[in-house]
Amino acid sequence: MRKAQDELAEIKSIMERSSRFLSLSGLSGILAGVYALIGSGIAYSLIYYPNPPYGKDLSLTNPEYVISNVMITGLSVLLLSVFTAWLLSRKKSKKTKVSLWAPASRRFMRALFIPVIMGGLLCIGLYAQGQEHLVAAITLIFYGLGLFNASNFTLNEIKYLSYCQLILGLIATFSPEYGLVLWAMGFGVLHIIYGAIMYVKYDG
Amino acid sequence: MKGKYDKAFENVIRLRIMSILMANEEFDFNSFKELLDVTDGNLATHLKQLEKNEFIEVKKSFVGRKPLTTYAATEEGKKAFQFHLTFLENLIKENKS
Repeated sequence: MRKAQDELAEIKSIMERSSRFLSLSGLSGILAGVYALIGSGIAYSLIYYPNPPYGKDLSLTNPEYVISNVMITGLSVLLLSVFTAWLLSRKKSKKTKVSLWAPASRRFMRALFIPVIMGGLLCIGLYAQGQEHLVAAITLIFYGLGLFNASNFTLNEIKYLSYCQLILGLIATFSPEYGLVLWAMGFGVLHIIYGAIMYVKYDG
Repeated sequence: MKGKYDKAFENVIRLRIMSILMANEEFDFNSFKELLDVTDGNLATHLKQLEKNEFIEVKKSFVGRKPLTTYAATEEGKKAFQFHLTFLENLIKENKS
């Protein structure tokens, strides 16, 4: 019964398209990862440059101007990544004729950004309390929670990215001296891997 | 359960509207228009029809000064849609065996 089968397929497809944000481009994941790696490199040189042996001595990270420069670097990476994701998603959504402001994408963004913004505010609080060594852990964990939350409204693979970010975040909580390396792995390497997989699977 | 072919879903636009409302708690007029690629008049007619069947309900509100009309499936609508799906599935199964 050809017609019934077509009808069921059609129902399934429109349920997907209406409830999930599918315009997220794999390429934007790769680029976000590259920005994060460059940002980590800059942060590394800001924090450790005159005292190369990277390691356990957190007292080296204290001078205030260094911390604020690192924060500006992190913020730039975030803004650049969001901007790139927006540009590429807009391009993709034009191709598939689904608005970026469709209910599904609004839900996706709300689910992702409420935890992310809360994590950012928490970091400012931690900084004010002199606990900036936990910033890497908190950004990883809240980003991971945001992704987990948002995975209901986009392609399911993003769940695995969220689990990995959460694990790295937990490690960074117990070993804050490796925070920057873990941050670079989470926001850099994982994004590139995830973006490449998504690119090959859905955009290629 | 045999399911039942529902005339209300004979039209493909109405079938799509109902599918969207099964997957989304609510959906607004303009988003329907965009996703389904239909004219205002055409969409309004089908929404009216489903509303008359009491398969969907309408909620009107304002966002700032702009009126926003959203739609949601009623319990009855969900049940009818489920029956319709079961009917289609059984149809396929019967034809396979």
